[in-house]
Amino acid sequence: MSQTLFEKLWQRHLVSELDGDTGLLYIDRVFLHERTGSIALKSLESDGRQVKRPDQVFCAMDHIVDTLPGRNDETLVPSGKNFIQTTRQAAHAAEIQLFDIDDPRQGIVHVVSPEQGIVQPGLTLVCPDSHTCSQGALGALAWGIGSSEAEHALATKTLRVNKPKTMRVRFDGKLADGVTAKDMILHLIGSYGAAGGSGYVIEFAGAVITELDIEARLTLCNMAVEFSAFTGLIAPDSKTFAYLQGRPYVPAGEAWGQAVADWQTLYSDEQAEFDREIVVDCTEIAPTVTWGTSPEHALAITASVPDPGGEADVHRSQAMTKALTYMGLKPGDKLTELAITGAFIGSCTNSRISDLRVAANILKGRQVAEGVTAICVPGSSLVKRQAEAEGLDSVFKAAGFEWRESGCSMCFFAGGESFGYRERVVTSTNRNFESRQGPETRSHLASPATVAASAVLGRLADVRELEKRI
Amino acid sequence: MKTFTQHQGVAAPLIRNNVDTDAIIPSREMKLVSKQGLGEGLFAGWRYLNPAERQVNPEFVLNQAAYQNTSILLSGMNFGCGSSREHAVWALKEFGIQAVIAASFGTIFYNNCTRNGILPIVLPEQAIDQLMKDCSDDPQINQINIDLPGQQVLSPSGAHWHFDIEAAPKEMLVEGLDPIALTLKQADRIEKFEERYQQQFPWLQ
Ligand code: SF4
Repeated sequence: MSQTLFEKLWQRHLVSELDGDTGLLYIDRVFLHERTGSIALKSLESDGRQVKRPDQVFCAMDHIVDTLPGRNDETLVPSGKNFIQTTRQAAHAAEIQLFDIDDPRQGIVHVVSPEQGIVQPGLTLVCPDSHTCSQGALGALAWGIGSSEAEHALATKTLRVNKPKTMRVRFDGKLADGVTAKDMILHLIGSYGAAGGSGYVIEFAGAVITELDIEARLTLCNMAVEFSAFTGLIAPDSKTFAYLQGRPYVPAGEAWGQAVADWQTLYSDEQAEFDREIVVDCTEIAPTVTWGTSPEHALAITASVPDPGGEADVHRSQAMTKALTYMGLKPGDKLTELAITGAFIGSCTNSRISDLRVAANILKGRQVAEGVTAICVPGSSLVKRQAEAEGLDSVFKAAGFEWRESGCSMCFFAGGESFGYRERVVTSTNRNFESRQGPETRSHLASPATVAASAVLGRLADVRELEKRI
Repeated sequence: MKTFTQHQGVAAPLIRNNVDTDAIIPSREMKLVSKQGLGEGLFAGWRYLNPAERQVNPEFVLNQAAYQNTSILLSGMNFGCGSSREHAVWALKEFGIQAVIAASFGTIFYNNCTRNGILPIVLPEQAIDQLMKDCSDDPQINQINIDLPGQQVLSPSGAHWHFDIEAAPKEMLVEGLDPIALTLKQADRIEKFEERYQQQFPWLQ
């Protein structure tokens, strides 16, 4: 019988069928971080339960740790030190692999996991973090869970999962110059709404996906959760295998051959049926940014802020009005005329080496506009080192960017650093929710290329304007 | 975990789409490595004019006298979207919320609810609009009734709606079960599965 990729992954992990559409699924890997993982470990401990396979559990220090040079356990996040030290102590007690602050492999969980080869095609990986969906880019079933579910996975090596429906999003055509995976996913969410993927596991497919390199695929899958999907998924191919080969946690020697032979069976059969299919014509996608407070408030950079009066759905229209007030905008404002005071390149969406290369390419020989605070936070300490080896740090610094240590940093506000009250920020992150990046900070989501171009021009910018000027 | 069967309570309307978990419990309110002490930070960005000083915002629905002792929230599409933080559910629970009725939910949030004794109910938007109207005159008197075993929501006007819930989370809520203990009952099966699985995928072990 023809099966979708998801069904193949579901079947091979199904321990038993529970009632209805719920299955007990076997979990291969668990990742934790100091924000939510600490609680899972502590609570497990106080219930007198043990981690069943500590060798298959990993923990990152990324959310609360400072990204300022010379950092240690002290952090600007109020009581953050408590989280860091509790996590360290609990990780050691549970004997799981911790990528601690001073570990050369430290970084954002969803950057570290692929980088170390911990996520692999065909396995199940969960983490109490919603952007775990990023890791589906390698053909794994990877999804975000809550802390209680993490406890369940740690103690039993399984999870009770309500089987999602399947959707395929096919990206056809060809990407125009200056258009990236980030623009693709913002475009998709802008077109179908932030709840458009609700209840579905989404397989991204099509000619354009095949063309994307692994890091771009990670960016795309990263925002599946902003589309409300259960998770995102891409069938592994020769690019996936080439990316993984030789990474620390990937099988070597004979086992590598065995693994690849298995991974090559992981695709949706030709006749497989999906509950829903969407086709996106990529030739229509322009560099895309958000104007409002939901990722669905996404538009081509050439557009103007929309009029809520033109929206037929009452709830949507009200949300748009609220968003306009929050963002300090009015209908008809041209996006490329919005002056910014902050620019951020970082987060599990867009902080990998390819993202930094794209941004550096635009920044080379240019200057960040006056009055703009620009910050670059590499996604992992290894990315940072690689960038430094290529001299990218000098390009960022010469342009006027701060060059930071790795971590989540100003992707989210936890009481520590922020761009400030009502400051307008263009950011390579994934959430433009109210106050996500600081009390009343106004976030515009964009690709690293758009962030770099905007930083230079001091306003939201169409990266193609700059390219023309080269 | 407490059992959930019938519940009657004051329902407050928070009718907007995409109420995200950052809004339910802002990150800065998560100060302790603990599931406790979060109720005060619930909706802090909306509930307080100045969250740091806890200056109350009289406009916010949960601060109004009519909505004292709210235990049911009414909302729009995609309630609880965004971050996976279970703190959102712990905060709701500590505040006294026992059920959320919305047009749809973020998946992780939905699961977090059922694991913590909060009942998430999906109803069509029209039903939620009517519930809101039926309660609005005097929310303290016009309360909503929820029957989980019967899967029914009863409005003070007498209107009622059936809602769907999967058997497993329903059982967990009704019986107040700990899902880990429930799963460990299947330990033998898990072990058998593991044996076969390890042979089939040796490179993963
Ligand atoms: S970078 Fe941002 S979105 Fe990604 S895991 Fe960290 S806080 Fe979450």
